[in-house]
Amino acid sequence: MTEKDKKVTEAVTLTAEEETKLSHIDDERFKPSYEIAKEYKTRAIIAKIITYTFLTLFALFMLLPFWFMISVSVKTPLEYQREVSTGLRLFTSSPSFVNFRIVLGANLKNPLRDMNEALLHIVETSPERSFIPYFVNTIIVAVVSTVFTIVTTVLASFAFARLEFKGKNFLFAILLATMMIPGEMMLITNIQTAKWLGWENTYRALIFVHGVSVFYIFYLRQTFQQIPNELFLAAKVDGYGEFSYLWRVMIPIGMPTIVTIIILNVMGSWNAYIWPTLIAQGYNPTIQKLFNYNHTMRLVSNGLMSTFTGQFASYDTVKIAASMIVSAPLLVVFIFFRKYIMSGVSRSGIKG
Amino acid sequence: MSSKQGVLHLEKGPMQTKKSLSMPIWLKALIALLPALFFLLVFTIFPIFNTAFIAFVKDFYFQSGTGSFALASYLRQLDMHNNPDWWREYFAHIDPDIIFLQPVKPIIGFANFAYVLKDPLFRNALVNTAILTIISVPLTIMISLLLAVSLNSIKPLRATYQTIFFLPYVTNGIALGMVFNTIFSHEVGGIMNQLIQAFGGRPISWIRPLWSPAGTIPLSKFSLGFAITVQSIWSGLAFKILVFMAGLASIDKQYYDAARIDGSNRSTIFRRITVPLLSPQILYITITSFIGAFKAYQSVISIVGGGPIHFGGENRTMWITVVGYIYMNRNVEKNIPLAAAGSVVLLIVILFITLIQMQVSKKRVHY
Repeated sequence: MTEKDKKVTEAVTLTAEEETKLSHIDDERFKPSYEIAKEYKTRAIIAKIITYTFLTLFALFMLLPFWFMISVSVKTPLEYQREVSTGLRLFTSSPSFVNFRIVLGANLKNPLRDMNEALLHIVETSPERSFIPYFVNTIIVAVVSTVFTIVTTVLASFAFARLEFKGKNFLFAILLATMMIPGEMMLITNIQTAKWLGWENTYRALIFVHGVSVFYIFYLRQTFQQIPNELFLAAKVDGYGEFSYLWRVMIPIGMPTIVTIIILNVMGSWNAYIWPTLIAQGYNPTIQKLFNYNHTMRLVSNGLMSTFTGQFASYDTVKIAASMIVSAPLLVVFIFFRKYIMSGVSRSGIKG
Repeated sequence: MSSKQGVLHLEKGPMQTKKSLSMPIWLKALIALLPALFFLLVFTIFPIFNTAFIAFVKDFYFQSGTGSFALASYLRQLDMHNNPDWWREYFAHIDPDIIFLQPVKPIIGFANFAYVLKDPLFRNALVNTAILTIISVPLTIMISLLLAVSLNSIKPLRATYQTIFFLPYVTNGIALGMVFNTIFSHEVGGIMNQLIQAFGGRPISWIRPLWSPAGTIPLSKFSLGFAITVQSIWSGLAFKILVFMAGLASIDKQYYDAARIDGSNRSTIFRRITVPLLSPQILYITITSFIGAFKAYQSVISIVGGGPIHFGGENRTMWITVVGYIYMNRNVEKNIPLAAAGSVVLLIVILFITLIQMQVSKKRVHY
């Protein structure tokens, strides 16, 4: 007990006379204050322990699928087959990269040590098993569509935030109203429009059809509107026009929002599934004509689904390795741009 | 007086002449808006009307290669009906002996809606979607609210936990389905089956209808629904926690201090301060999650893992959803009007949900 505590105790301790006077009052308020403080402290500690236990349990629940992904993908197909009929272990003593080699189309060393003959036969007879074309397609689509999206979004939100013209609010209200309409409604017609334009199995269909998003315009317009008007007047005095003001002042100030939009858009391209499934089922006709080479037009999610349903359907380790290869790049991006992604997503509510 | 006139003169003088020389504002606005508006008009606004129109036309069909404009196709079909030899002209360059197509006079009406609403598959889809929504949305919201409040009450490790809880959001949906498909393996040694056996249960063939090993409980609607629900709760927490955390950060600390001085306990503080002050975020999350859950599609097909229109079970429609029904019919040329009618029904359901929640919010939400 410290000096201070002693003093407090002395001050609060009651004499025998006072005790008898007050003995009929059994109330928490008459407890010495340091005891109450102590009680609160222990209560706070218990609450902390409960909170941390709850959070840790849920964190483990959230991490389990990721840990599962890592531990299964480094098991050899034979090892997994043996374990899954008795009891799967979440650890492995000798990690192996044979599944990743299968998925990426690399050469196998001593394959029969790791897999049975049926799987080896599948691997040897499917030369197009590699994920690399899917990655190439996805990167091309992600990069070009992001550039396209940023240019159109910046220009449109600049017009809505900075320029005054007739019917501006009405137009903006119409655009916002389309956000309520489920995407399936647009998709039904867009497939036919894309076919009519001859965009089947082309990058154009994957880039331009969903290239302009009302939400991004709405989001960037909000950022642009927060820029004080005085800056614009000052720029005008210096002889800037509207477009050079956009380029020299608004874009630099809105950069964090633009970066968020870039990341959300890349995430959208990476996770796109249903649109490429419907519009890009075959080979790219242009590449076929120019290079006489069959280049698939599918994206990573489609590639993943086809390992799911295709020859590897009953080989879980290969499927899990494929899903790990597909999800790893975005997880790495997330680690680097955590703040941008989280701030952008908390305002959006969209998932690619 | 004279000085004021001088100022006025200055404002009207050189500035005005310079302005009239440069581009007018409306032209600048047009240039800036044109690229975005063009693509929005073609791929967002036009399709809404076009699809809505298709939904009302009985026996509508797009003729492959002749365009996507519903009204134009409709008029052409009417025209063909008037000319009984239309198909000879139309298919002359392909195959002169083609006779299987009959000219059908398209009728505008509610025939597609009547068909869709009577279709047992669509009813099944509506019921399935409603079940998945009603079970997973409230659970996810409650868990994420608890997690957000807990996260808000700690200082050390908060960012770490927040990052962990956000990971599902940045993971590819199909990849997640694949992982959950393997966790809910039909094999005796799978993770979930080991867990069940540890508690003395029998292993279950969770997802796959065929090849279930001897001694396991066969696939049922419940087992697959359970797997789907676990996956959607797991992947739905991230976004909700993030929004609730943002809301909690904006609540004034003084309310909590005042409550503590009054001696309120934790549950009272949660019910009387946190929930009312967080009600705008709770409303937002409720609306977006109900809409999102009603558009469920990828969560089902990714965990079943049989391609874009396999919804589990031997007949492939066990957990078909409304969006699944739309895609399924969109794949068949003659069923496109059904898909369109289905999407209009989906839109009405979504508007209805939003309307109800806005009504409830008038009484409960404190801004």
